[in-house]
Amino acid sequence: MTPGQRRVIFLVAMAGLAAFVIWGITGLPGFGRYPGPYGPAILKVAEGQTNATGIVSAVNFEYRGIDTVGEEFILFTAVVGMTVVLRKLRGERQRPAIEEARERAQPAGGTGVRAAALAFTGPAALIGWWLATHAQTNPSGGFQGGVVLATAFLLVYLGGEFLTFRRLSPVDITDAAEAIGAGGFAAVGVTAIAAGLPYMDNYLPLGKVPGAVSSAGTIALISFLVGIGVAAAFVQIAGELLEQTMLVREGGG
Amino acid sequence: MTYFPYLVAAWILACGLYGLVTNRDLIHQIICLIVVQSSTYVMLLATGYVTGGIAPYFSDVPGSPKAVDPVVQALALTDVVVEAAVTALLASFAIQAHKRFGTLDPQDLAEFKG
Repeated sequence: MTPGQRRVIFLVAMAGLAAFVIWGITGLPGFGRYPGPYGPAILKVAEGQTNATGIVSAVNFEYRGIDTVGEEFILFTAVVGMTVVLRKLRGERQRPAIEEARERAQPAGGTGVRAAALAFTGPAALIGWWLATHAQTNPSGGFQGGVVLATAFLLVYLGGEFLTFRRLSPVDITDAAEAIGAGGFAAVGVTAIAAGLPYMDNYLPLGKVPGAVSSAGTIALISFLVGIGVAAAFVQIAGELLEQTMLVREGGG
Repeated sequence: MTYFPYLVAAWILACGLYGLVTNRDLIHQIICLIVVQSSTYVMLLATGYVTGGIAPYFSDVPGSPKAVDPVVQALALTDVVVEAAVTALLASFAIQAHKRFGTLDPQDLAEFKG
Protein backbone atom coordinates (compact mmCIF):
# COMPACT_ATOMS: atom_id res chain seq x y z
CA MET A 1 0.00 0.00 0.00
CA THR A 2 1.36 3.42 -0.88
CA PRO A 3 1.27 6.24 1.68
CA GLY A 4 -1.23 8.03 -0.58
CA GLN A 5 -3.69 5.14 -0.55
CA ARG A 6 -3.21 4.77 3.17
CA ARG A 7 -4.11 8.41 3.70
CA VAL A 8 -7.28 8.14 1.59
CA ILE A 9 -8.48 5.10 3.55
CA PHE A 10 -7.65 6.87 6.79
CA LEU A 11 -9.59 9.99 5.85
CA VAL A 12 -12.67 7.94 4.92
CA ALA A 13 -12.46 6.10 8.23
CA MET A 14 -11.97 9.39 10.09
CA ALA A 15 -15.08 10.87 8.48
CA GLY A 16 -17.06 7.96 9.87
CA LEU A 17 -15.43 8.26 13.30
CA ALA A 18 -16.03 12.02 13.36
CA ALA A 19 -19.73 11.49 12.68
CA PHE A 20 -19.97 9.07 15.59
CA VAL A 21 -17.93 11.25 17.96
CA ILE A 22 -19.97 14.36 17.20
CA TRP A 23 -23.20 12.38 17.61
CA GLY A 24 -21.90 11.12 20.97
CA ILE A 25 -20.72 14.53 22.16
CA THR A 26 -24.04 16.23 21.42
CA GLY A 27 -25.70 13.59 23.60
CA LEU A 28 -23.56 14.57 26.61
CA PRO A 29 -24.65 17.12 29.18
CA GLY A 30 -23.02 20.44 28.26
CA PHE A 31 -19.60 21.41 29.60
CA GLY A 32 -19.80 22.36 33.28
CA ARG A 33 -23.11 20.58 33.87
CA TYR A 34 -21.79 17.31 35.21
CA PRO A 35 -24.88 15.57 36.60
CA GLY A 36 -23.29 13.05 38.97
CA PRO A 37 -24.19 11.00 40.88
CA TYR A 38 -20.86 9.53 42.04
CA GLY A 39 -18.74 12.68 42.24
CA PRO A 40 -21.19 14.74 44.31
CA ALA A 41 -21.91 11.73 46.56
CA ILE A 42 -18.22 11.24 47.33
CA LEU A 43 -17.64 14.97 47.77
CA LYS A 44 -20.39 15.00 50.38
CA VAL A 45 -19.14 12.09 52.51
CA ALA A 46 -15.40 11.72 51.86
CA GLU A 47 -14.02 14.24 54.34
CA GLY A 48 -16.27 13.00 57.15
CA GLN A 49 -15.56 9.33 56.47
CA THR A 50 -11.80 9.45 55.97
CA ASN A 51 -10.53 12.76 57.41
CA ALA A 52 -8.75 13.30 54.09
CA THR A 53 -9.09 16.76 52.54
CA GLY A 54 -7.55 15.62 49.26
CA ILE A 55 -10.61 13.97 47.82
CA VAL A 56 -8.86 12.69 44.67
CA SER A 57 -6.49 10.69 46.89
CA ALA A 58 -9.44 9.47 48.95
CA VAL A 59 -11.00 8.18 45.73
CA ASN A 60 -7.77 6.60 44.52
CA PHE A 61 -6.60 4.96 47.71
CA GLU A 62 -9.91 4.28 49.44
CA TYR A 63 -13.10 4.28 47.38
CA ARG A 64 -11.42 2.96 44.25
CA GLY A 65 -8.57 1.34 46.19
CA ILE A 66 -9.04 -2.01 44.53
CA ASP A 67 -8.70 -0.44 41.06
CA THR A 68 -5.55 1.33 42.13
CA VAL A 69 -4.00 -1.96 43.24
CA GLY A 70 -4.58 -3.10 39.65
CA GLU A 71 -3.01 0.11 38.37
CA GLU A 72 0.05 -0.39 40.55
CA PHE A 73 0.41 -3.92 39.23
CA ILE A 74 0.07 -2.73 35.62
CA LEU A 75 3.14 -0.60 36.22
CA PHE A 76 4.88 -3.48 37.97
CA THR A 77 4.09 -5.87 35.11
CA ALA A 78 5.22 -3.36 32.49
CA VAL A 79 8.60 -3.02 34.21
CA VAL A 80 8.94 -6.80 34.44
CA GLY A 81 7.96 -7.07 30.76
CA MET A 82 10.50 -4.46 29.83
CA THR A 83 13.25 -6.26 31.72
CA VAL A 84 12.38 -9.47 29.85
CA VAL A 85 12.20 -7.81 26.42
CA LEU A 86 15.52 -6.04 26.98
CA ARG A 87 17.36 -9.12 28.19
CA LYS A 88 20.72 -9.97 26.67
CA LEU A 89 20.06 -11.46 23.26
CA ARG A 90 22.14 -13.97 21.39
CA GLY A 91 25.10 -12.23 19.82
CA GLU A 92 25.17 -9.50 22.40
CA ARG A 93 27.59 -8.96 25.19
CA GLN A 94 27.22 -6.91 28.30
CA ARG A 95 30.26 -6.04 30.31
CA PRO A 96 30.47 -4.36 33.70
CA ALA A 97 29.99 -0.62 33.42
CA ILE A 98 33.49 0.13 34.66
CA GLU A 99 35.09 -1.72 31.72
CA GLU A 100 32.85 -0.05 29.18
CA ALA A 101 33.64 3.34 30.69
CA ARG A 102 37.39 2.85 30.47
CA GLU A 103 37.35 2.91 26.67
CA ARG A 104 35.18 5.96 26.40
CA ALA A 105 36.50 9.45 26.62
CA GLN A 106 34.85 11.77 29.10
CA PRO A 107 32.58 14.15 27.19
CA ALA A 108 33.99 17.63 27.35
CA GLY A 109 32.39 20.58 29.11
CA GLY A 110 28.78 20.54 30.22
CA THR A 111 29.47 22.48 33.43
CA GLY A 112 26.12 24.23 33.15
CA VAL A 113 24.26 20.94 32.90
CA ARG A 114 26.19 19.53 35.84
CA ALA A 115 25.53 22.58 37.99
CA ALA A 116 21.82 22.63 37.12
CA ALA A 117 21.44 18.88 37.72
CA LEU A 118 23.25 19.20 41.04
CA ALA A 119 21.09 22.15 42.07
CA PHE A 120 17.85 20.32 41.22
CA THR A 121 18.64 16.90 42.69
CA GLY A 122 17.98 17.88 46.30
CA PRO A 123 14.74 19.77 45.60
CA ALA A 124 13.48 16.96 43.34
CA ALA A 125 14.05 14.38 46.08
CA LEU A 126 12.44 16.64 48.69
CA ILE A 127 9.40 17.51 46.54
CA GLY A 128 8.96 13.86 45.56
CA TRP A 129 9.03 12.80 49.19
CA TRP A 130 6.65 15.59 50.15
CA LEU A 131 4.18 14.66 47.37
CA ALA A 132 4.22 10.98 48.33
CA THR A 133 3.52 11.72 51.99
CA HIS A 134 0.86 14.45 51.58
CA ALA A 135 -1.73 12.68 49.43
CA GLN A 136 -4.34 13.01 52.17
CA THR A 137 -4.17 16.80 52.31
CA ASN A 138 -2.87 18.30 49.08
CA PRO A 139 -3.00 17.76 45.33
CA SER A 140 -0.38 15.06 45.42
CA GLY A 141 0.00 11.33 45.97
CA GLY A 142 2.24 8.36 45.60
CA PHE A 143 2.17 8.25 41.82
CA GLN A 144 3.19 11.86 41.31
CA GLY A 145 5.65 11.76 44.20
CA GLY A 146 7.25 8.55 42.94
CA VAL A 147 7.87 10.00 39.50
CA VAL A 148 9.41 13.18 40.92
CA LEU A 149 11.55 11.10 43.29
CA ALA A 150 12.78 9.04 40.33
CA THR A 151 13.69 12.30 38.58
CA ALA A 152 16.21 12.96 41.35
CA PHE A 153 18.03 9.76 40.36
CA LEU A 154 17.94 10.71 36.69
CA LEU A 155 19.42 14.09 37.54
CA VAL A 156 22.32 12.26 39.15
CA TYR A 157 22.89 10.52 35.84
CA LEU A 158 22.56 13.78 33.95
CA GLY A 159 25.03 15.61 36.17
CA GLY A 160 27.36 12.72 36.79
CA GLU A 161 27.62 9.48 34.95
CA PHE A 162 25.97 6.11 34.58
CA LEU A 163 28.28 4.53 37.16
CA THR A 164 27.08 6.95 39.83
CA PHE A 165 23.46 6.36 38.84
CA ARG A 166 23.92 2.61 39.19
CA ARG A 167 25.79 2.93 42.47
CA LEU A 168 22.93 5.02 43.86
CA SER A 169 20.24 2.69 42.57
CA PRO A 170 21.53 -0.89 42.53
CA VAL A 171 19.12 -3.27 40.79
CA ASP A 172 18.70 -5.36 43.96
CA ILE A 173 17.49 -2.36 45.92
CA THR A 174 15.12 -1.02 43.23
CA ASP A 175 13.75 -4.55 42.80
CA ALA A 176 13.11 -4.80 46.53
CA ALA A 177 11.61 -1.29 46.72
CA GLU A 178 9.27 -2.04 43.86
CA ALA A 179 8.16 -5.27 45.52
CA ILE A 180 7.63 -3.47 48.84
CA GLY A 181 5.56 -0.79 47.11
CA ALA A 182 3.28 -3.05 45.08
CA GLY A 183 3.18 -5.93 47.56
CA GLY A 184 2.74 -3.60 50.52
CA PHE A 185 -0.27 -1.98 48.85
CA ALA A 186 -1.92 -5.35 48.26
CA ALA A 187 -0.96 -6.43 51.81
CA VAL A 188 -2.71 -3.40 53.33
CA GLY A 189 -5.89 -4.60 51.64
CA VAL A 190 -5.45 -8.22 52.71
CA THR A 191 -4.72 -7.19 56.31
CA ALA A 192 -8.22 -5.72 56.42
CA ILE A 193 -9.67 -9.09 55.41
CA ALA A 194 -7.61 -10.82 58.11
CA ALA A 195 -9.15 -8.43 60.64
CA GLY A 196 -12.63 -9.38 59.43
CA LEU A 197 -13.18 -6.15 57.48
CA PRO A 198 -13.88 -5.66 53.75
CA TYR A 199 -10.85 -5.64 51.44
CA MET A 200 -9.01 -2.31 51.46
CA ASP A 201 -11.07 -1.09 54.41
CA ASN A 202 -9.51 1.87 56.19
CA TYR A 203 -8.62 0.24 59.50
CA LEU A 204 -5.95 2.64 60.75
CA PRO A 205 -6.76 5.53 63.10
CA LEU A 206 -8.10 8.41 61.00
CA GLY A 207 -6.71 11.15 63.21
CA LYS A 208 -8.73 13.89 64.86
CA VAL A 209 -8.24 16.82 62.50
CA PRO A 210 -9.26 16.59 58.85
CA GLY A 211 -6.38 17.70 56.68
CA ALA A 212 -3.59 16.90 59.14
CA VAL A 213 -0.66 14.95 57.69
CA SER A 214 -1.20 12.25 60.32
CA SER A 215 -4.85 11.83 59.34
CA ALA A 216 -6.70 9.58 56.90
CA GLY A 217 -5.35 6.19 58.06
CA THR A 218 -4.56 3.78 55.25
CA ILE A 219 -4.85 6.51 52.58
CA ALA A 220 -1.60 8.04 53.81
CA LEU A 221 0.08 4.64 54.21
CA ILE A 222 -0.93 3.40 50.75
CA SER A 223 0.15 6.65 49.12
CA PHE A 224 3.57 6.33 50.72
CA LEU A 225 3.92 2.69 49.60
CA VAL A 226 2.84 3.62 46.09
CA GLY A 227 5.43 6.41 46.10
CA ILE A 228 8.20 3.93 46.94
CA GLY A 229 6.98 1.46 44.32
CA VAL A 230 6.55 4.02 41.54
CA ALA A 231 9.92 5.68 42.20
CA ALA A 232 11.61 2.27 42.01
CA ALA A 233 9.69 1.37 38.84
CA PHE A 234 10.73 4.55 37.02
CA VAL A 235 14.34 4.30 38.18
CA GLN A 236 14.32 0.77 36.81
CA ILE A 237 12.79 1.82 33.49
CA ALA A 238 15.44 4.52 33.12
CA GLY A 239 18.16 2.08 34.19
CA GLU A 240 17.08 -0.53 31.64
CA LEU A 241 17.06 2.01 28.81
CA LEU A 242 20.43 3.48 29.85
CA GLU A 243 21.92 0.00 30.07
CA GLN A 244 20.88 -0.59 26.47
CA THR A 245 22.77 2.45 25.23
CA MET A 246 25.73 2.25 27.62
CA LEU A 247 26.55 -1.39 28.17
CA VAL A 248 24.96 -3.75 25.66
CA ARG A 249 27.12 -4.21 22.59
CA GLU A 250 26.96 -6.42 19.54
CA GLY A 251 29.23 -9.41 19.22
CA GLY A 252 30.92 -11.62 21.78
CA GLY A 253 29.22 -14.13 24.02
CA MET B 1 -24.87 24.45 26.16
CA THR B 2 -21.29 24.33 25.09
CA TYR B 3 -19.41 21.32 23.83
CA PHE B 4 -16.13 23.00 22.97
CA PRO B 5 -13.82 21.10 25.42
CA TYR B 6 -15.20 17.78 24.16
CA LEU B 7 -14.43 18.84 20.60
CA VAL B 8 -10.88 19.70 21.69
CA ALA B 9 -10.53 16.14 22.99
CA ALA B 10 -11.88 14.78 19.69
CA TRP B 11 -9.45 16.95 17.74
CA ILE B 12 -6.46 15.72 19.79
CA LEU B 13 -7.65 12.16 19.16
CA ALA B 14 -7.83 12.85 15.40
CA CYS B 15 -4.33 14.39 15.36
CA GLY B 16 -2.89 11.37 17.17
CA LEU B 17 -4.60 8.90 14.86
CA TYR B 18 -3.43 10.79 11.77
CA GLY B 19 0.12 10.64 13.07
CA LEU B 20 -0.18 6.93 13.83
CA VAL B 21 -1.29 6.19 10.28
CA THR B 22 1.09 8.43 8.37
CA ASN B 23 4.31 8.19 10.40
CA ARG B 24 6.87 5.66 9.33
CA ASP B 25 8.97 5.47 12.46
CA LEU B 26 8.15 3.39 15.53
CA ILE B 27 9.33 6.04 17.98
CA HIS B 28 7.14 8.68 16.29
CA GLN B 29 4.24 6.26 16.40
CA ILE B 30 4.72 5.72 20.14
CA ILE B 31 4.58 9.49 20.59
CA CYS B 32 1.40 9.61 18.47
CA LEU B 33 -0.12 6.97 20.73
CA ILE B 34 0.67 9.25 23.69
CA VAL B 35 -1.17 12.04 21.86
CA VAL B 36 -4.16 9.74 21.32
CA GLN B 37 -4.20 8.92 25.00
CA SER B 38 -3.87 12.59 25.94
CA SER B 39 -7.27 13.17 24.39
CA THR B 40 -8.75 10.95 27.08
CA TYR B 41 -7.34 13.22 29.81
CA VAL B 42 -9.06 16.23 28.27
CA MET B 43 -12.26 14.24 27.84
CA LEU B 44 -12.26 12.93 31.43
CA LEU B 45 -11.49 16.26 33.03
CA ALA B 46 -14.00 18.08 30.83
CA THR B 47 -16.74 15.59 31.71
CA GLY B 48 -16.28 16.12 35.44
CA TYR B 49 -16.15 19.90 35.35
CA VAL B 50 -18.88 21.77 37.21
CA THR B 51 -19.34 25.46 36.43
CA GLY B 52 -17.98 27.48 39.34
CA GLY B 53 -16.66 24.38 41.09
CA ILE B 54 -13.35 24.42 42.93
CA ALA B 55 -10.69 21.69 42.91
CA PRO B 56 -11.70 18.82 45.23
CA TYR B 57 -9.15 19.75 47.91
CA PHE B 58 -10.62 21.09 51.10
CA SER B 59 -7.52 21.70 53.29
CA ASP B 60 -8.18 25.42 53.51
CA VAL B 61 -11.85 25.55 52.48
CA PRO B 62 -14.44 25.26 55.26
CA GLY B 63 -17.74 23.49 54.75
CA SER B 64 -18.48 21.52 51.62
CA PRO B 65 -18.37 23.98 48.72
CA LYS B 66 -19.27 23.14 45.12
CA ALA B 67 -16.36 21.21 43.63
CA VAL B 68 -15.59 19.39 40.38
CA ASP B 69 -15.92 15.60 40.23
CA PRO B 70 -13.00 13.86 41.99
CA VAL B 71 -13.76 10.48 40.41
CA VAL B 72 -12.82 11.47 36.86
CA GLN B 73 -9.72 13.22 38.19
CA ALA B 74 -8.66 9.98 39.86
CA LEU B 75 -9.36 8.16 36.60
CA ALA B 76 -7.18 10.64 34.69
CA LEU B 77 -4.37 9.87 37.15
CA THR B 78 -4.77 6.14 36.48
CA ASP B 79 -4.73 6.93 32.78
CA VAL B 80 -1.40 8.78 33.05
CA VAL B 81 0.23 5.93 34.97
CA VAL B 82 -0.94 3.31 32.49
CA GLU B 83 0.32 5.46 29.63
CA ALA B 84 3.76 5.69 31.20
CA ALA B 85 3.86 1.90 31.62
CA VAL B 86 2.70 1.28 28.04
CA THR B 87 5.21 3.78 26.65
CA ALA B 88 8.10 2.14 28.48
CA LEU B 89 7.12 -1.30 27.22
CA LEU B 90 6.64 -0.09 23.62
CA ALA B 91 9.98 1.73 23.71
CA SER B 92 11.73 -1.49 24.68
CA PHE B 93 10.01 -3.32 21.80
CA ALA B 94 11.21 -0.60 19.42
CA ILE B 95 14.77 -0.97 20.74
CA GLN B 96 14.75 -4.72 20.10
CA ALA B 97 13.15 -4.32 16.66
CA HIS B 98 15.83 -1.85 15.67
CA LYS B 99 18.60 -4.11 16.98
CA ARG B 100 17.28 -7.12 15.16
CA PHE B 101 16.34 -5.61 11.80
CA GLY B 102 18.23 -2.33 11.72
CA THR B 103 15.14 -0.29 10.92
CA LEU B 104 12.29 1.43 12.75
CA ASP B 105 10.03 1.72 9.69
CA PRO B 106 6.97 -0.48 10.29
CA GLN B 107 6.62 -0.95 6.54
CA ASP B 108 10.09 -2.50 6.34
CA LEU B 109 9.59 -4.43 9.57
CA ALA B 110 6.55 -6.14 8.06
CA GLU B 111 8.86 -7.69 5.48
CA PHE B 112 10.88 -9.49 8.12
CA LYS B 113 8.70 -12.23 9.44
CA GLY B 114 9.51 -13.82 12.78
